[in-house]
Amino acid sequence: MKLQEYRSKEILDRHGVPLLAGETATTPAEARAAAERIGGPVVVKAQVLVGGRGKAGGVKLAATPDEAEARAGEILGMQIKGITVRTVLVAPAAEIEKEFYLGLILDRAARAITIIASAEGGVEIEETARTNPEAILRLPLHPLIGLQEHNIRRASFFLGIPAELRRDFRAVLHGLYDAFVASDADLAEINPLVVTADHRLLALDAKIVLDDSALPRHPDLEAMRDLNEEEPSEIAAREAGISFIKLDGSIGCMVNGAGLAMTTMDLVKLAGGEPANFLDIGGGAKADKVSAAFRIILDDANVQAILVNIFGGITRGDEVARGIVEARASLSREVPMVVRIVGTNAEEARPILAEASLITADSLDDAAAKAVDAVRAAGAAGGAA
Amino acid sequence: MSILVSRSTRLVVQGITGREGEFHSRAMLDFGTNIVAGMTPGKGGQTALDGKVPVFDTVADAVRETGADTSCIFVPASAAPDAILEASQAGIGLVVCITENIPALDMLRVYHVLKERGTRLIGPNCPGLTSVGEQAKVGIIPNDIHRPGPVGLVSRSGTLTYEVVQAMTDAGMGQSTCVGIGGDPIIGTSFIDVLEAFNADPETEAIVMIGEIGGEEEEKAAAFVQREVRKPMAAFIAGRTAPPGRRMGHAGAIISGGSGTAESKRQALEAAGIAVADSPSSIPELLRAAGVRG
Repeated sequence: MKLQEYRSKEILDRHGVPLLAGETATTPAEARAAAERIGGPVVVKAQVLVGGRGKAGGVKLAATPDEAEARAGEILGMQIKGITVRTVLVAPAAEIEKEFYLGLILDRAARAITIIASAEGGVEIEETARTNPEAILRLPLHPLIGLQEHNIRRASFFLGIPAELRRDFRAVLHGLYDAFVASDADLAEINPLVVTADHRLLALDAKIVLDDSALPRHPDLEAMRDLNEEEPSEIAAREAGISFIKLDGSIGCMVNGAGLAMTTMDLVKLAGGEPANFLDIGGGAKADKVSAAFRIILDDANVQAILVNIFGGITRGDEVARGIVEARASLSREVPMVVRIVGTNAEEARPILAEASLITADSLDDAAAKAVDAVRAAGAAGGAA
Repeated sequence: MSILVSRSTRLVVQGITGREGEFHSRAMLDFGTNIVAGMTPGKGGQTALDGKVPVFDTVADAVRETGADTSCIFVPASAAPDAILEASQAGIGLVVCITENIPALDMLRVYHVLKERGTRLIGPNCPGLTSVGEQAKVGIIPNDIHRPGPVGLVSRSGTLTYEVVQAMTDAGMGQSTCVGIGGDPIIGTSFIDVLEAFNADPETEAIVMIGEIGGEEEEKAAAFVQREVRKPMAAFIAGRTAPPGRRMGHAGAIISGGSGTAESKRQALEAAGIAVADSPSSIPELLRAAGVRG
């Protein structure tokens, strides 16, 4: 789960990272009031979870409270990569002398928390990795003893932190590390970390991505979820315990298991169709989950056919088949449905599906081809009418 | 022959009295696995599976009383890291953890402690493994999809593994051992570990590898295969249509910063001489084309 900049800064602030916190505002008047309280020039920043908000005009300087109100009026309601801006952060503006990148990641290859640092701050680290990999320090930390003084010195000297700011840099890196561990993060980054004209070291922007598996033990962080930026269908899926990602195609997919769900999408594409979603109903799914999955899939107006692919293991084929028949009776609209059930209790599923006159398939390749045919037939029928 | 588990495996099931633990222990017993003990704190002295298996309070007790050498873990995510450490501390040599949704930072610590002690961990978030001809299954892979034979299989997935095994069995191509290594970012056993074992197993004549988007383990495995493996191989990579930046169900299945795509993995595997299938169903014919019998 990604956290908004102001949330990420709240967490870093709690762990002693020096920064200019600012205040959030959801109306131009609130932005003016915040600027008045802050005093002096401020920066008004759109709070969205997509990259490139600066280029999109979502970050603006304001010299006075009047200007802050005007800039907030321009930014609030603006669309950035399809996301409507509903909140801005109003923060004191800083005069920047030097910018750095400083991040920590859960490093799968090194099986460690790894420091990523670069003296080329303010640009995306992936960009630096492509254009100038030499400019990046990757320093895996010991997984059992964590961040040590020599790690901090190494990063500090690599970045060329001025001598009088090394103590502050220690506070920044320590705070970042403590925040990472305390919140079970996958990524915590400060970009840019800046030296200001008046020689302070400050975190100007921050991003924390949390490990979804650890969220159950962090209800305070779960409460920071920004529902404004999630597809309503993805929110509904999470509540039903279904793993779902919306895509742009016309064939809805309902599958058990993540790897098999991806494979089903791939084979739809290979057969000449486009998948409308990734959907894993998980192990042991019964009728209630099946009908929730159908509702979520059919909420997408692009969906013209549904492909159900179940490999029974923990999940029992006949239970899914019964769930399909039950759920179909109460669906909002009717689309062709191709069902392929194999594995545990697949034999028992067969007569249930036959009676409901669903399109069935034995192999996954065959199921994908039939789903693509069904969409083509629906398209042709629509064209004729 | 087989790798990792065999007829001589002595299994303790951690969480044997839970719903999942009991259900899958029965299936393991049906398959022929030698389950010597169960473990549930507070239920020591009882028996499980209709009196067939003694239950102990601790893994240490189970090891002392029954000589258990392998463990299978069916406990909730909040207790699973501790369960893995307990098995390792009790001297278990192979720990198979089925549990999903374990926080990554917990696994980071567990991974390094086990490595130091020399305990092999498979998973977490995996279906476990089955040595078909040895009638030894540790995990949840369905019993009746197999056929004994010469092909070893290693996969990051669960039901996709079953799909591939079924396709092979339908085509008359049997398996030696099938191993699901798990879909999490931090897992105990990598593709390379399993490939190394298959490479050394005289009865495994060919190898199938099932990968998916995210990370760079498939690329590393490809480099290893190029250097070390002379047995015929086929592969499949799931997630060609997965959008970047989104976690596709498995915590580890994410394309980040343009790396970990299905295409880059396919290229690496093909460069190492591994035939990459477009569909799980074409894996048997790719193996036949590489000269694999049976």
